[in-house]
Order: sequence, then structure tokens, then C-alpha cells
Amino acid sequence: MSEAVGTARVKRGMAEMLKGGVIMDVVNVEQAKIAQDAGACAVMALERVPADIRAQGGVARMSDPDMIEKIKAAVTIPVMAKARIGHFVEARILEALGVDYIDESEVLTPADFENHIDKWDYKVPFVCGATNLGEALRRINEGAAMIRSKGEAGTGDVSNAMMHMRKIGGEIRRLSSMREDELYVAAKELQAPFALVKEVAETGKLPVVLFTAGGIATPADAALMMQMGADGVFIGSGIFKSGDPAARALACVKATTFFDDAKVVADASRGLGEAMVGINVADLPAPHRLAERGW
Amino acid sequence: MKIGVLALQGDFREHLLAAKQAGHAGLTVRRSEELAEVDALILPGGESTTIAQLARTFDLFTDIKKRIAEGMPVYGSCAGMILLADRIVDGALGQETFGGIDMTVRRNAFGRQVDSFESDLNFNGTEMHAVFIRAPWVEELSSSVQVLSDVIAADGKRHPVAVRQGALFATSFHPELTTDLRVHRYFFDQVCAGAIK
Repeated sequence: MSEAVGTARVKRGMAEMLKGGVIMDVVNVEQAKIAQDAGACAVMALERVPADIRAQGGVARMSDPDMIEKIKAAVTIPVMAKARIGHFVEARILEALGVDYIDESEVLTPADFENHIDKWDYKVPFVCGATNLGEALRRINEGAAMIRSKGEAGTGDVSNAMMHMRKIGGEIRRLSSMREDELYVAAKELQAPFALVKEVAETGKLPVVLFTAGGIATPADAALMMQMGADGVFIGSGIFKSGDPAARALACVKATTFFDDAKVVADASRGLGEAMVGINVADLPAPHRLAERGW
Repeated sequence: MKIGVLALQGDFREHLLAAKQAGHAGLTVRRSEELAEVDALILPGGESTTIAQLARTFDLFTDIKKRIAEGMPVYGSCAGMILLADRIVDGALGQETFGGIDMTVRRNAFGRQVDSFESDLNFNGTEMHAVFIRAPWVEELSSSVQVLSDVIAADGKRHPVAVRQGALFATSFHPELTTDLRVHRYFFDQVCAGAIK
């Protein structure tokens, strides 16, 4: 009997199981349990949600292993954790801790301004952010088994998530309409490998699951992203920076499943208390825009 | 046959595609009215706690239990196997299942994602390639449950990974992630054919 772990199929397949779900940022055991009880399909364990990283500044790094272990022990759903872009030792630590997915994330301070982690070399799968198709395909070429559109984390402003989903979707549709002999130039322009460009042109979709992240704060935001073609959503600061996290978490789960049913989304939107206050992305000075990290 | 796929969360699209490729109408089921329309149901891979929570919230839980009791054929893969088990171990506190198969299933029995694997196995007398993702196994079962496949795990013991009791059928692995339709065909041709009048 031949048996293999850490194959592309089991890494990408893991993301298939998360589809139609909400992955929630949590900073402690209590929040992780609230997320699981509300129906989160996974949690992202981190020390500070993006809104706090933004507010407090400083260097944002991988979370404390003890904190990740505690969250792993408290829930049965998959636990993800973030490593800095290019920080392959943080990634090895997270793999050794047995997290279920690593997010090589622009929300943390990058460790390398040129290279991302060589993700093929790990048994644990990686999710990476992207603002456009070329960036998504470069990450997949490095071994990412799941992509999330970046949006602008920690703002509660969904406009960048929208822009990135439109961009990725638009570029895929453009490839699908091209003659095969035009794909060589398309690959050059996208700065992405030809084989992946050709695959996307043929299938009309990314070869891995595509979630949306960055700025989702309401059930309506979640449903909007699902209607834009996301396979699921990450909600970072939006839940635990709101007035009633348990109710908002459940409401976002409902709206993600019934994204195409306005009545369900309307019902889910009632009585949630205050949403996170948020920041308009347009008011953020360029050096503080996280989506621009990644190359 | 009208094959419903529970579409609350998980890889339901892949099961719908398998149903269509095998020549059946595949319908998504998110509401009781949709459940009433179908002859058989597939519970997809995904997170069993999420699927159970949404089934409760949208009043599908008791309806699915009722259809199972009435003899509707159901196939569950991975999370679906957990949802068909009468008893689970290593589940979330107070985690509910639809039940129906007289067995105990251990959640994430093969380990976490770093232990997820692909393997060749024998399913009901035929060799095939199977994909296991944070997969459960059957820990204990009654004599009325038939074992269709088992694998040797890291503990050196054989554990059932495909079982059937009457019209209910479950696998730990994900045939919907491969292009091999034999497991789905087994459900449609062997399990459903006998159970649907």
C-alpha cells in the first residue's frame, strides 16, 4: 500500500473542505470556542487582530506557541496561524506545532522584501494573499494551496476586498477569452508561469480555493464577497471588535451559506449591536496599507 | 434519481458534479422544502460542527433525522461519516449528529492536517486510490454494520474507513476529490437502487 502525506492534493483538498465557510481570527481560547459554537469552519490563532496591530504599531510577528497550543487544544475545527512573509523558520515552527494551515501573511511585518517562502517543501499547507491574478499565480507556483484576496486588513472597509476580487475575477475572464497563442504574452504581463496561466485560461478558475479577506465586518459584506465568487471568507477584526461577537459570528456564518438569499441575509443582519468602527482605507497613508506587502 | 447534496458548508459542488457525471440529477439542499424533493442525500466533506450548527439554525436537523428514520438513502464522506454516526469520540463538547449508523466514529482519528494522506486501498473488493483529510475512522461498530474497506493506521491496527448499514453508507475518505466515480456509483447503484421504490 503506497501512502503519501503532504501532497498537493491533500493540501489543496483541505481548503476544499473549508469552502462555504467563515474562518475567524481569535486571540484566546474563549474567542476560539465562541467561533466554533457559531459555526466557524476554522480559526486563525493570533496574538493581535489586524485592527490592534494597526493601532499599536511595532513589528508584528508569529504568535506565541503556547497560545497556539492552547487554542488547538480547545477546539476541534482546524487551527491556522500566521507566519511573516518569507520567514521560513516561523513557518517550520508552526509546522512543528501541528497547525492545520499557515497563512504567509502581509498582516505581519514582512521578513523578506523579495522572496516568499518555498511552500512546496512543507507537509503543512499554506494560504497566501493576492491582490491580482499574477500575484495569486506566483504564490501558487511557490506552493500555496489556497489563495485569499487581501483586501485591507483591520479596517472594516470592504472596498479593497471588492477591488481585489473584481481584479482577480476580471483577469481570469480575460484569459478565458484569449486565443491560445496570446497566452504567452499574457503570462509575461501577469509575471506568472505560462503553465498556470494556460490552466486558468482553460478552466476559468484558479487551480486552488479562493477565499476573501480584509475589511469584512457585516453579514452583508460576507454575502457580497460570496456573490463576487469567493469560496468562503476570512473575518479578522470584524467579529471580536464588534459589540456582540457571538451573535455577529453566527450571523456571518448564516450569510455566507445563504449569500444569494437576501431575506436570510436581512434576518441575519438584525439586532447585532455595533459593528467595528473601522477606518476608511482612503484615509490610510500609503505606508500603512498592508495589501501592498507581497511581491 | 434526484440526488440531493447538503449544501450548508464544505465541498458540496464536487459531490454534485459526481452525481451529474454518473447520470443523476444533482440538487442542492439548504432548506426543508428542498430536502422533501430528493430521493437520496449526500452529506459532503467539510466541518461537521459547522454543518450541524447550520442544520439546526435552519430547521433541517430534525427533518434529516426523520428522513433517515424513514429509510432515505444517505451517503456521508468524512464530515458526513461523523454526521451519520450514532456516537462520536473526540468531538466538540455537546456535538450533535444526525446518527443512523450504529457505530462510534473518532473525529480527526488519523491526526491533524500534517498527517492527511493519500493511499491505495481495497473498497468492496476493488482497488482504488483514496484521499484522507483530517479524517475520522470507525472506532467501534455493531454487527449489523458492514465494513467495505479498512486501512492500517499509525497505531498498527486496522480501522474501518467505509461502512454500510442498510440505506446508510459512509466513507472516511473523499472520492469527490478524485475523478474516480466508483464509490459514488456504489451508492447510486447498490445502496439507492435497493432502497428507493
